[in-house]
Amino acid sequence: MPVPILKQGDVLIASIQVALSDLDLAELRDALADQVGRFRSRGVVIDVTALDVLDSFATRTLRSIAHTTRLRGANTVVVGIQPDVAFAMVQLGLELAGVATALDLEDGLAYLDAASDHGGRRAR
Amino acid sequence: MVAVPDDRIVAVGHEADIVTARQNGRELAATMGFSSTDQTMIALAISEIARNIISYAQRGTITLSLLEDRGRRGIQIIAQDQGPGIADIALAMRDGYSTAKSLGLGLPGAKRVMDEFELSSQLGHGTTVTMRKWRR
Repeated sequence: MPVPILKQGDVLIASIQVALSDLDLAELRDALADQVGRFRSRGVVIDVTALDVLDSFATRTLRSIAHTTRLRGANTVVVGIQPDVAFAMVQLGLELAGVATALDLEDGLAYLDAASDHGGRRAR
Repeated sequence: MVAVPDDRIVAVGHEADIVTARQNGRELAATMGFSSTDQTMIALAISEIARNIISYAQRGTITLSLLEDRGRRGIQIIAQDQGPGIADIALAMRDGYSTAKSLGLGLPGAKRVMDEFELSSQLGHGTTVTMRKWRR
């Protein structure tokens, strides 16, 4: 089931609504890399609020999305990681190193605003 | 310790089955009264070992059961495949070691989030992972 990607100004918002298979995640990565170019987007928000698990494959794909879109000139921020999900990730040893995160969609958009105000399309 | 004969067996042969397996595990853990944090850790551990089946053996099964041991209740997850087996179990249990372009955190990570973890493997015959978590 494809993840809907909304375009809001120069930001793309991918809101994950159901549990994703590995294939769905890989498709999301490819779709975002494509649309960042097509819409000349400066930022990408990936909303994982609805996800009850982020496993090693999902973590690796989110990192891959963030790095790919950065190479295409856009910042990515992952928002909405639930407390239990965060705790389980830490216990398992999963990291989102190099990927910006924010509490929710609102904070994620604010983060992207601030990042582009500072001309900061650089890695942090 | 007895495994209550109410096994749920999930066939794993396609990556979509990883989601089915972990959702079944979460459901069972929820009905047993595991905390929501524990449910998430159980689902995560199942996700990792189910993916290992797909990555290394293509197909296998995940069997979920309830456990009762002197008033303790727990969940048991057995992942079984008839794949190539693991040549060096100590190496496979090391963080960051992988032969399948993954993060190499699957097995050691699953072990960290469960209470008990056993891995047996015979080269050419397959691998069985048995994990248990007890309700606190």
